[in-house]
Amino acid sequence: MTNLLKTLSFAGLGLTVLPAFFVFAGSISWELHATLMLVGTVVWFGTAPFWMKEK
Amino acid sequence: MSTITERFDAINEFDREPVSKENLQGQGNFIGIFAGEHVAGTEFVIGPLFVLHGVTAADLIGGLLVGNLLAVLSWAFICAPIATMTRLNLYWQLRKITGPYLLVIYNIVNALMFCFLAGAMISVAATAVGIPFGMPMPGLQDMLPSSIEWVLVVLAVGAVVTVMAILGFKQIARFSKIAAPWMFLVFVACAVAALPQLGVNSVGDFWSVANEKIWTGVAAEGVTQFTFWHVMFFAWFCNMAMHIGMADMTLLRYAKSWKYGFHSAFGMYLGHFIAWIASGILVALALQLTGDSSPAPGPIANLGAGIAGLIAVVVAGWTTANPTIYRAGLALQTVTPGWKRWKVTLAVGAVTTVAALFPALMMKLLDFVALYGLLLMPMGAVIFADFWIFPKLGLRQYYAEWKKILFSLPAAASWGVTLVFSILLNQVWGVDIFFLGLPGWFVATAIYIGSAYVQQKMGQPVSNNMAEVS
Repeated sequence: MTNLLKTLSFAGLGLTVLPAFFVFAGSISWELHATLMLVGTVVWFGTAPFWMKEK
Repeated sequence: MSTITERFDAINEFDREPVSKENLQGQGNFIGIFAGEHVAGTEFVIGPLFVLHGVTAADLIGGLLVGNLLAVLSWAFICAPIATMTRLNLYWQLRKITGPYLLVIYNIVNALMFCFLAGAMISVAATAVGIPFGMPMPGLQDMLPSSIEWVLVVLAVGAVVTVMAILGFKQIARFSKIAAPWMFLVFVACAVAALPQLGVNSVGDFWSVANEKIWTGVAAEGVTQFTFWHVMFFAWFCNMAMHIGMADMTLLRYAKSWKYGFHSAFGMYLGHFIAWIASGILVALALQLTGDSSPAPGPIANLGAGIAGLIAVVVAGWTTANPTIYRAGLALQTVTPGWKRWKVTLAVGAVTTVAALFPALMMKLLDFVALYGLLLMPMGAVIFADFWIFPKLGLRQYYAEWKKILFSLPAAASWGVTLVFSILLNQVWGVDIFFLGLPGWFVATAIYIGSAYVQQKMGQPVSNNMAEVS
């Protein structure tokens, strides 16, 4: 379960940052990048708290 | 006064003993903490302010590389060795040197600075929250509340931040750790996605666009022209209270080796290099698209990432303001006898929110951060001199503790004279506030050594005898 959550979390981080590079490369529109970034944000905050332990 | 010092001691009681060997932390923790602490709400303001102060691209890159390196070296060679040799936090280390009464004054000054810093962060968050309501953004030169909408939004954000600090400080502190890696990536993504609109379509275009459209070397109207030296000294000293001011002893006392001080590089080069450059790119885009020279973080993050950018600004402001309000509340709890913890936090939140109404705090963040460090730095110099130089001069370390002195006159003289010296340099000779830290540190060290020499070698001042603990 933890591994699945971690995978989703890192996918969320990927969606946060990678679309910007596709905008830079001219592959996707700025609007799509903004939407994907929002999705990535929701995925990160929806999964990371369950496996990031307090220290 | 003695009751206040007892309360301060009680608050710090659990930290009284040096950190034991089994509680020392590994390198990964320090990398995470440094990276998390220095990618924060302030980064949305500082990067844009460099652009508006007319820094050139070469001066920015060079100044940040050198200034951040000097900051890392300050952590590694000044703060970390004392932290790992004493294993004490700043409070107890300073108490041995200054005596408890002077320490109370230091803590109250510190708490007030925390209030203003948290206020700036509430202003930052308000610039994002206000966008859906069509709130007019404060301008670069606005000192007073700029509109009724601004007042209402700041009051609302301040209220929420304060209530959250009362109800769930620990949860928000945990939330901050979770937000840190995401927030850094938001900075990067905002900037990368903004570059094509500035005319950067390949990596090779970046340097020419950086010089022509971002860090142009032309300051906005009414602000000081910055040079390499401004950038370098700001980067070095914006965390002056933490490294040469020794506040990060509290963190680094858990390090297995003093070399962990070098891990501050993760905070400096991710937060104070990449994030500042990223937010600078965003404000350049805002200037190009709207012609508005306001560095309000909400609108510029919106240009880079839309709603996710706005969320980042709110989260950044909120997670930075929250622990700051908590720390200020903790310090001020000692001077409000009988008050419940929630009541003190509420009072601190109210002061902070009122401060946030004044956009000057956000728009003059560079000056405020420099002032904050300057106010607290002399006590770091006092710790340094007491620890390293006193044994070489045959002076007694921790003299106040040994003689049970409540108020160390040499430490107070060092603090006071350094601040007067800095004010004179600034007001009479016109030396910019960013350049005062370096001479100030040497003055603080010299005054402390000189006055301690007089105190220890030439007899006891009357006031010290009177101040002995009964």
